[in-house]
Parts: sequence; C-alpha cells; structure tokens
Amino acid sequence: MSAPAAVPAIRLKGISKSFGAKKVLVGLDLEVRKGESLVLLGQSGIGKSVLLKHVIGLLKPDTGTVELYGRNLWAVPPRERDELRRKFGMSFQEGALFDSMSVGENIAFPLTRHTKKSKEEIADRVAECLDLVRLPGIEEKRPSELSGGMKRRVGFARAIALQPENLLFDEPTTGLDPVTTDVVVKVISEMRNRLKPAAITITHDLKVAFSIADRVGLLSEGRIYAEMTPKEFEQSKDPRVAAFVTGNSELAPPEAEPERRTERAGEAHV
Amino acid sequence: MNAVLELLGRGVLRVLEGVGRFFELLGMTLRGLVTPPWAPSTTARQVVRVGVDSVPVVLLTAFFTGGVLALQTFKGFQRFHAEGYIGSVVALSMLRELGPVLTGLMVTGRAGSAMAAELGSMRVTEQIDALVALATDPVHYLFVPRVLAAIIVLPMLVVLSDAIGIAGGYLVAVTYLGANPVVYVNNTFQYLDMDDLTSGLIKSAVFGFLLALVGCQCGYDTEGGAEGVGRSTTTAVVMGSLSILIADFFLTKVLF
Repeated sequence: MSAPAAVPAIRLKGISKSFGAKKVLVGLDLEVRKGESLVLLGQSGIGKSVLLKHVIGLLKPDTGTVELYGRNLWAVPPRERDELRRKFGMSFQEGALFDSMSVGENIAFPLTRHTKKSKEEIADRVAECLDLVRLPGIEEKRPSELSGGMKRRVGFARAIALQPENLLFDEPTTGLDPVTTDVVVKVISEMRNRLKPAAITITHDLKVAFSIADRVGLLSEGRIYAEMTPKEFEQSKDPRVAAFVTGNSELAPPEAEPERRTERAGEAHV
Repeated sequence: MNAVLELLGRGVLRVLEGVGRFFELLGMTLRGLVTPPWAPSTTARQVVRVGVDSVPVVLLTAFFTGGVLALQTFKGFQRFHAEGYIGSVVALSMLRELGPVLTGLMVTGRAGSAMAAELGSMRVTEQIDALVALATDPVHYLFVPRVLAAIIVLPMLVVLSDAIGIAGGYLVAVTYLGANPVVYVNNTFQYLDMDDLTSGLIKSAVFGFLLALVGCQCGYDTEGGAEGVGRSTTTAVVMGSLSILIADFFLTKVLF
C-alpha cells in the first residue's frame, strides 16, 4: 500500500499519557513524512522513549490519536495494527535481542514469522542485513557474546530485515565510545540513504543529532517544545534550546525527572 | 476515617485490577490456544523443559510420599487390625490426590518459576516490546507453547508419580513392615477404579494449565528490573501453588 504523499507516515495528534499521577506527555503533536529524519532531544526521563513507544503501539495514549499512513492505530483491528507495525523497524536501547536465539536466528525471526521465504533466501537476507551493519559473518554468535555496540547494530539488522519503510531508533549511541558511535551513525546514514524512511531517532548526543537529522525536535513538558533544522537549533536563542546546545544547566528550567520510568505492562495492551 | 476508607478502596481496587488482569490474559491465552500458527518445535522444547527435566524430582517426591503413606497408615490401621488395607490406602491416595497435587506443586517450583524468570527478564530487557514491534503477539508466542506443554506433560508425570508412589509404599510395607507381598499387591489393585486414575489425570492437566499460566503472567507483568524479576518468580510459585490447591478442592468436589 502506498499512501498518497499528503498523508504523513507518522502523525501523532494531541497525545496525552500519564503513569499514575505523573503526566508524561501532554497534548503532544508530531508529524513525520516519508524520507524525513526527525531527531528528538530532551532531558533524561522526559518521555522520549514513551513517545517512541506510542508510535509503534507499545503504549496506548490516554487521549489523542496515533495515525500511521492516515490510519488510526488503535481504531483498526489487531491484524491491521500488526500490518502497520511491519512498516516500521524499531531498534531498542540495548538491542533487545532475544537471548534464547543466535544472532542469525534473531535477524531471521521476522522473516520466518511474516514471510514465506525459503531457508536459503532467509540466510541470504540475514547475511545482507549483517553486512549493512558492518558485522558480517557473526550469525552463529549468541547475543551474550556481543558487546553493547554490536548488540545495538544486530538490533538494527533485525529491525530492517523485513525492509520496513520507516525506522525508529531509541538512543542508538548512548553509552558507546566515540569510534563505535561513529560507526553507528554511519550505519544509520547508510540505512537512510538506502531505504529513504521516515525516521525518528532519540538521542542525547548533539553531534549524532546534527549529522542525521533533517529536523530536530526538543521535547519538554510533555510536548514538542521546539522543532527546527539542525542549523536553526544550533543557533537558537531560546533559553531551553540554548541550554541543551551548550549543556548549561543554569539556563534550563528545572524539570529533570527520574530516569526511565517503569510503565505498567498492562498498559502496553499487547 | 477518610484515610481508612481511602486505604480500603485502594486495596479493593488493586485486588480487582489483579483479578481483571488475570482474566484478560486468560482470555488472550485461550484465544491463542486455538489460533494458528502453532509452534510444534517450541512446544516440544517446553515439553522437555517442563516435563522431562522434572522427572527426577517428581519421582523422588512420589517415592518418599508413597513410603511415608505406608508408614503412617500402618501406625493408624494397626490400632484396629486393618494393616491389610495399607496397599489400598496408598494406591487410592496417590492416584486421587497426592500424585497430581504433589507433582503440580513440584513442577510449579521448577518450571512455573522458571517461566516467570524467563519472561520477566525478557520484559525488563525490552525483548517483549521487541516482539510486539516485530508484529508478533507475545501472549501467543510465549504463553501458548508453555501452557500447552504443561497441559500435555503433567498427566504423564502423574502416571509416573502414581506408579513410583505405589512402588514406594510396597517397598516400605514389604521390607520394613513385614507385609505379605502377594496380599499387598492384591490389596493395592482390588479396590481401584478406572475413575481414580482418570480423575487424577484430569486434575493434573488443569494444574498444568494453571501453573504455566500463572508463571507466564507473573513474568509478563514484571516491572522494576532484576529485583522485579525476583519478585515475579516468588509470586509465580506462591500464586501457582495456591491456585493448584484451591482448584484441587473444587475439582475434587466436581469429580468425586
């Protein structure tokens, strides 16, 4: 299904989400079109991951709608929801590899579940994906044998195995050394060039943000506080944006919140 | 006064929420059981983990239970010279009650807890989120093979456990209490009905369903990192055992 150009691949309208008494997202709006790369910045625990989880339907908003290709994710039947999800490849913070499987089986997982490809075709595709993330030939390794950066890249490989039209990255470089970070950034740029996806990337790293973003968004107080081009972002005089660019905590309003809230699994509705 | 009511209300809400969640996941699991694709190889792997790996502990439990039953019944029956019926008592108790229940409890401790730990660590490392993101229903993918395996394997374990329990009783009665082997064996089977066996097997299938479902649920709803996984594992054993003992009463009442 190819959506008309007018319909953005991702559109969030008025999303609000609370965990208990804690309001995380408050009437958030967001649109990302095909071929566009949005990087989301924001302090730790501000709800960036929560936002990303709404896009792929891991969390259901309290109010507001999530539309993928113009279809309301929570109004369509579950089967169609899964079809929409398949158009998105999501990579998780620590890779979230299935540790009961080898690297090869991890990447093959979506292929064996959702396609009728033969064993050979799947093996070929797995090798191709591993090449793309610059980790050729590690199919037989177990996730526990990999370093953090490798796990994440295998996570990318799994996310793109089905050739999704869009990509979501949750902190792809956090905690990696500069060299590995550079490799990951190159891999992401390469995937962008090849797949032309609508992409949302969450990061704390401005260098990463500026090198892969068409637009940069700053999440603050449960909304997209500012959204601009990397250049505008860098030169912005807005105190909050400037605080983020310069890393000066005195400029920032006090809104640091507990790192990574734990959401009730029941609310994931899966 | 208000504070007390508030506390009470919160407690009631939490209980209702838990019950609601149980039935929500129960419904999803039941739907999953009748929805393809089924995963025979995953289920087979679970049969090995739940069943085959539990054989030693189940056999040991059954053997000593049969033995102690013989000892205790001897002590009691001796008082009115009914020692001849030890065999019947051991066989009946094992088949109808102790075989299924003790096997259920042992497997809960071994396999139910393992399921909670496995799914729990999958939850806290975002592997369950990854399943959803890969358009895979985690309840269908994770619960169904485990629940199915436990339903299949528990009755088999119980047959073994019944046999070994009776053998344990025989050994104690014949070698230690000086019962006549032929009379003992005769007595064992004389008063047994097919019902005694089948009611135990039906019970054990239900126990298998319960322990796997509770184990999976506790793991699935884990929150709070490694500590949460530990908590889920404990809850899985406690709630699994409780649900088996409670279900046992009602099933016995129905199947009597």
